[in-house]
Amino acid sequence: MMLIPCPWCGPSDENEFGYGGQAHVAYPDNPHALDDEAWGRFLFVRENPRGWWQERWFHSAGCRRWFAVARHTVTNEIRAALPEPT
Amino acid sequence: MIFHFDGEPIAARPGDTVASALLRVGKRAVATSPYLDRPRGVTGIGEEESGAFVQIVSGVGEPMRPSTRVEVVAGLVVRGLGGRGGLPVAPDPSRYDRAYLHCEVLVVGGGAAGVQAATDAVERGEGRIVLVHDGPLAMAVPDAIQVLQRTTVTGLFDAGHAVALERRTEHLLAQPSPDVARMRVWHIRSARTVLATGAFERPLAFADNDRPGVLLAGAAATYATRHGVAWGRAVVVCTDDTGLAAALALHDAGTAVAVVADVRTGLVGDAVRALAERGIDVRQGWSAVGTDAAADGGVAAVELTPVTPQGVVLGPGERVPCDLVAVNGGWSPNVALFTYVGGPVTWDATRVAFVADRARPHLRSDVTVVGSAAGDGPMPANPPATFFGAVANGPDIASRVFIDPGRDATLADLHRALGAGLRSVEHVKRYTTIGTGADQGRTSGVLAIGLMAATLGVSPGEVGTTTFRPPYVPLPFAALAGRDRGRLSDPERVTAMHDWHVEHGAVFEVVGQWQRPHYFASTQDESMADAVLRECAAVRTGVGMMDASTLGKIDVRGPDAATFLDRLYTNVMSKLQPGRARYGVMCGADGMVLDDGVVLRLAGDHFLVTTTTGGAARVLEWMEEWLQTEWPDLRVWPTSVTDQIATVVVAGPGSRDVVAAVVSDLDVSKEALRYLAHAETAIAGAPGRVTRVSFSGELAFELMVPAWYGDHVWRAAWQAGQAHGVTAYGTEAMHVLRAEKGFVIVGQETDGTQTPDDLGLSWLVRKPVDRAGNPTPDFIGSRSFARADTRRPHRKQLVGLLPVDPQRQIPEGAQLVAVGADLSTTPVPMLGHVTSSYRSAELDRTFALALVAGGADRHGERLLASFGADDAEVVITSPVFLDPEGARRDG
Repeated sequence: MMLIPCPWCGPSDENEFGYGGQAHVAYPDNPHALDDEAWGRFLFVRENPRGWWQERWFHSAGCRRWFAVARHTVTNEIRAALPEPT
Repeated sequence: MIFHFDGEPIAARPGDTVASALLRVGKRAVATSPYLDRPRGVTGIGEEESGAFVQIVSGVGEPMRPSTRVEVVAGLVVRGLGGRGGLPVAPDPSRYDRAYLHCEVLVVGGGAAGVQAATDAVERGEGRIVLVHDGPLAMAVPDAIQVLQRTTVTGLFDAGHAVALERRTEHLLAQPSPDVARMRVWHIRSARTVLATGAFERPLAFADNDRPGVLLAGAAATYATRHGVAWGRAVVVCTDDTGLAAALALHDAGTAVAVVADVRTGLVGDAVRALAERGIDVRQGWSAVGTDAAADGGVAAVELTPVTPQGVVLGPGERVPCDLVAVNGGWSPNVALFTYVGGPVTWDATRVAFVADRARPHLRSDVTVVGSAAGDGPMPANPPATFFGAVANGPDIASRVFIDPGRDATLADLHRALGAGLRSVEHVKRYTTIGTGADQGRTSGVLAIGLMAATLGVSPGEVGTTTFRPPYVPLPFAALAGRDRGRLSDPERVTAMHDWHVEHGAVFEVVGQWQRPHYFASTQDESMADAVLRECAAVRTGVGMMDASTLGKIDVRGPDAATFLDRLYTNVMSKLQPGRARYGVMCGADGMVLDDGVVLRLAGDHFLVTTTTGGAARVLEWMEEWLQTEWPDLRVWPTSVTDQIATVVVAGPGSRDVVAAVVSDLDVSKEALRYLAHAETAIAGAPGRVTRVSFSGELAFELMVPAWYGDHVWRAAWQAGQAHGVTAYGTEAMHVLRAEKGFVIVGQETDGTQTPDDLGLSWLVRKPVDRAGNPTPDFIGSRSFARADTRRPHRKQLVGLLPVDPQRQIPEGAQLVAVGADLSTTPVPMLGHVTSSYRSAELDRTFALALVAGGADRHGERLLASFGADDAEVVITSPVFLDPEGARRDG
């Protein structure tokens, strides 16, 4: 079980959190300005790297805040927890 | 101290395991093998045991334990395992616990290296240090070290997380105690983990090497020195100096060592001299090729012969009578835990072993390996031989050379795998089952790899190891469950009116952890079907009451609440006037229906949002996600109030009279309290709110009060309803009533692939411009309604179904195919499936809801519903079976 550094509550067990997938995928300002392919990419396509990437977590059994972390997908090492909205 | 083995009393001494006690009284054959029924005895002294498994009969019982790991306690009853164990069927009264522990240093293994590592950590002042040992700890340790004895680390996971199983009572008492935890599952978080997990001795391959009395040499010597086992006459067969040491120990403990057969030549050093001094016959360049059996099935003699270092039998040999064949084929460092966290291992040709590769950086710098697990220790006087056994030529010999006795897997199986062209050690493992038994290849793994390498003419390092996976030892489910058993296995949520439901014959169903009345049995023997028909008829013709407290309720407040809800719901909530309510659906960004419910506007900046019972938590999270991540500028605060508000639904033509009798100062007439209006009022004296909504199509009222008044208000309404013949109804009747009206249930009619349009709810989806021509605010999911897939014709759409036989009830989940479809050729083109199916009191027949490809345009067509081996014809209809004009809702 991973130990996730909640920026508000400190390190906590993974089962206190909900997973939010890739971080920094902004909801488009005007979805209707996107063609079908671009909208489909926003909806369904995410990165799946081997190595470092940024992902979102929601401390559902704690402070109920969303935040982003950098996690290594092979080692599950977590480096930065970013308290700002993502 | 007496225990019973196979019905026979056996005397044991303190410190005995079942294995040592049985060996002391000369019981060599203890169990039988799983597939070949061969007699098996003790082979080792710890977790590496591969022969002497027992079933624990006394106390709680356990189906399969290595006898080497069961400490004898008075009253213990065990049975030798006849191939495989049987699960005890009696209920287990024991307590099991889960415990958590955080430390700076976790040391796994209480041998010399582990105790040293823990002591060093104390001296360095590293903080809290925990030493875990899988048996009783033999060495003294500083007080500063927290010791968990009889505790086995079963897995290492992320971020210093270790899971360990502690057996706390079985060495103290044979009977279970309800007062003390029998086992604990420890969840340990450590900043640094030191693995001092030791090494396992390896057996050798030769014919009939599985006979009772053939033991690992180090184990045999320890039984003699620690447990006082008298072996009689022994032969030692070895490939490294620890075999010579075992021969000396056996001799000095009183065992007559007839011969030491060492495959190596040119032996030097103290051990060789000491053996010579004692007059022990050491045959250099010799090894074992077979054994003979005695009457008990155990070994009577071993056949020794000169062999080449490659295992070629030179002969002629010699048959040496003996009671014990003590075998040492080298050592295998126990690197299982290390590999769980990605630790690399490498073949060390000097030590003839796979060792933790400390030269190679690995993913987890917080995990280190020390002691024999890392191949540490002084180099012996004579290097160990790379030798895995000697097999004579002859028919059927390979099928008597056991590699994994726990699986009855032999050299013949290995040859068959290689002959079939398998080269990967992982494939060979699965083909032969070597290493898949209870001991997980602790002794057989490297032996199989060595024999593979020899056959293929490569080095064991080139063959490589199989993957170790947790758990390291079997974990009983009871231990994993801990106290989360029976009623505690899942939280139970009950409403304020629960006691009333129990008093009135409610049969409950669990919905999102809530205990909801499924139906109320009016007599002991009323069936569910009869009760539901009775409850439905009451709502359609009289008055019914239902507890709707479990519906999710979210208080949404703030200056931007209306803007926020406009973005979440497909219909416009900002136009809703205070005192009015509106049904709405919300979609994901993909345009698929996420949840639905009624939204009440309480004030300009204040809404009460209701959700499905199961979707309440999800919808709150959904709101919080958008507010925090995309729209932090919106001033909105959503708060769950599900548990704070109790809801009584009064439904049916007679409901107005009942509600009028319990409210004060509120005109509930059709004109004063219109459909989808709500008003605050005292309800049976409690502060409350009455809302005109209907999920049944009948005149209906929802009475909301603070939860602590819920029971009082329910009972008051019930009392008021007596004059009108009020009937309590449950979720099943509620489901039937809504289905008669074609109202969907999110999660029953939907599975995350339905748009509002698919459900006939396009009237709820706002247009991009309003009637005045002004653009409407965008909402989540709207862009997806223009995607090609959501616009395509023949999407599955909500329809009603009437079985041609009006008494036939189609099972939910039944597949719908064309009438006349050939069901024998697969795949049969699927046209849809049944989502809800009931018997209707009002319609006096069965009916169903379904999702059918292009269904909205197929009313009147016939389909075939197929379920199991059965099928039935159905007619597609509108999903609204009753009162399409909505005339009933005003009473």
